[in-house]
Amino acid sequence: MTSTATHVAPQRAAGDGSTTPAPRPARRGRGLRFERIAQLLFLLPAVVFLVLFFGYPVVKNIVMSFQAYTTSTFYTGEAPWVGLSNYVSVVSSQLFSTALLNTALFTIGSIVGQFVLGLLLALFFRRNFPLSGLLRSLLLLPWLLPLIVSSAVWKWMLDQDSGVVNQFLGIFGIGSVPWLTSPAVALITVIGVNIWIGIPFNTTILYGGLQDIPTELYEAAALDGATGWKAFWSITWPMLRPVVSVTLVLGVVYTIKVLDIILGLTNGGPANATQTIATQSYDLSFKQFDFGQGAALSNILIVISALFAIVYLRLNRKAIDD
Amino acid sequence: MKPRHRRTPKVLSAVAMLAAVPLVLAGCSGGSSASSGGKVDSITVLDYYNQGNDKKVIGEYLDKCGAENDVTIKRSLVPGASLIQKVLQQASSKTLPDVLMLDNPDLQQIAETGALSPLTDYGISTDGYAKGVLQAGTYKGKVYGLAPTVNTIALFYDKKKLAAAGVTPPKTWDELKTASAKLTANGEYGFAVDANATYEGTWQFLPFMWSNGGDEKDIATAKTAEALSLWTDLVKDGSMSKSVVNWTQADVNDQFMAGKAAMMINGPWQIPALKDSGIDYGIAQIPVQSASDTAVAPLGGEVWTVPNTGDKAKQQVAAKVVDCMNDAKNQLAMAKLRYTIPSKTEVAQQFGKDVPEEQVFVDLVADARARTGELGADWPKAATKIYTAVQSALTGQDSPADALKNAQSSN
Repeated sequence: MTSTATHVAPQRAAGDGSTTPAPRPARRGRGLRFERIAQLLFLLPAVVFLVLFFGYPVVKNIVMSFQAYTTSTFYTGEAPWVGLSNYVSVVSSQLFSTALLNTALFTIGSIVGQFVLGLLLALFFRRNFPLSGLLRSLLLLPWLLPLIVSSAVWKWMLDQDSGVVNQFLGIFGIGSVPWLTSPAVALITVIGVNIWIGIPFNTTILYGGLQDIPTELYEAAALDGATGWKAFWSITWPMLRPVVSVTLVLGVVYTIKVLDIILGLTNGGPANATQTIATQSYDLSFKQFDFGQGAALSNILIVISALFAIVYLRLNRKAIDD
Repeated sequence: MKPRHRRTPKVLSAVAMLAAVPLVLAGCSGGSSASSGGKVDSITVLDYYNQGNDKKVIGEYLDKCGAENDVTIKRSLVPGASLIQKVLQQASSKTLPDVLMLDNPDLQQIAETGALSPLTDYGISTDGYAKGVLQAGTYKGKVYGLAPTVNTIALFYDKKKLAAAGVTPPKTWDELKTASAKLTANGEYGFAVDANATYEGTWQFLPFMWSNGGDEKDIATAKTAEALSLWTDLVKDGSMSKSVVNWTQADVNDQFMAGKAAMMINGPWQIPALKDSGIDYGIAQIPVQSASDTAVAPLGGEVWTVPNTGDKAKQQVAAKVVDCMNDAKNQLAMAKLRYTIPSKTEVAQQFGKDVPEEQVFVDLVADARARTGELGADWPKAATKIYTAVQSALTGQDSPADALKNAQSSN
């Protein structure tokens, strides 16, 4: 942003100078300076915002992760420097590998499910049929509910003995499924609920992308005999690619840090089966009051998310270069 | 010339911006009025009784105690889960309230920071309180918090169901197993506890562990394994739902009220809901392994403290309000209104006579043990280990002994 501003400034100043036949250096300099100040003033709100609400917390979190930051720190302000020991204890904890694996499974499972179902629904709603507008807006419902409310309702519906889901399955002779109470099933259940929550986001964005594909392309393709699957693979998918990559990267960044749904459904249980890096970090900071270790773990999470963002930027640049 | 013109404003604005940051931040934290000396008109109070009956009763008695000391009470309420975060935030911005309520296991954690002042500094008497109550309120030999009323957990049973099955309330673990098995039928369970992955799950397991001689310092012992085996056996033989690993105490109470569990472990705070539901319930002590064992109950309840706000005059008045809340008459009145137990032993005896239904709780509270009694500020780590072990044993991942061993050795 700043670099473009510096390039533009001299050009415009030169343009102004050309109107006066004999440019006087002093005046020209002053005009230039005011313009620069004005430009910087326009930047100021954005910079202040970023420094206050993005830079400060990130820096604070990094500093915190190298300190013995406990409840006492809040009152006394003293947080002894402990070097890497927070990172060492967090990574060497027995739970770390479980949490890392769960985070990976949760993220991949949720993204695949949300994306595939979201895309299918988006394709479905592209056809106009009676009530399609109404149904499409109803689809947004999971998105509108506060997460803590939807997770409470799901927890209730998925109760092993009296939950409505198992009662419904019972009609077909399927025995009671331990949705949230078996360590083998709980993670799958939590992923399922998260997919349900993520579908509206995916559908909305992908539907928007589909609207941008000109219908003439399909008409022309149909004349050449490309319909159905063929049309999807040769027109829809390539045209949708940029939207797909945005959806996936945003999806990963949103999913990797999911906290409230897991806390609401299982609290990381049973037997740590749904413990992720995010829930573990929350637990360390706000339940065991070890803010240093909590910060260390959340920094690891930030690095993982940042890697995805970098991959995205790379892919994007490559697409533009091509 | 040119480059300088270009640079200067940038540098200037950057400096100005950096200079503004602390100003903005300082603006957020101001607001504490340190008016030492002079007459105190009002004091601030922070607590988490933010709903229904508790909110009303505590509010009335705070106002009453304020009026006795010629001050108005400015009360702030937060949900239970966010109280500690609020307190830490206020501690760092030096805006702590004059009177602060804390859940008793959090007291030592907060006292450790230095944010609280010892109540004995204000000449408040600590005589007559149950041992566990003082234990919970004490940090490094000094009492920082006192609870007007306290609670614990016991066995609630459905009188009709027990009569129909021909069982009496179980007193020992064997009786509990046979009674639960008999009471289990047609999709209804004999027994229910909260074994979820939170401190609530730990709290419910404590009476079983402690009564059997287990200890939080080292949970990898045979005594604790026996207590955990009792729970796993109850789940294995189907007398207790597998869902207990995901139930809160409120869920357990719902199951009981819906007639889906004939017996449950819960606390006196559920009594109003139980009365409304019209269920005919009885309360008994939690069964112990052999009839000769003494039941050890965990102490629950909230303590009132006086934070170090720096305003000595206000702190004096705040201490008087805390003292007034703990006055024998007020303890008894609040106990009756809130179905909790007075923390002073003599008052509790009187309460037991007035409300015979809660005599069980009165007996238990007299010898109840504070969760932070042994480990102090390290309790949260031990509590996490306990619920982790309970969860992995109940879900069949490990045997009770292995589950406890793994949890104990984890860091």
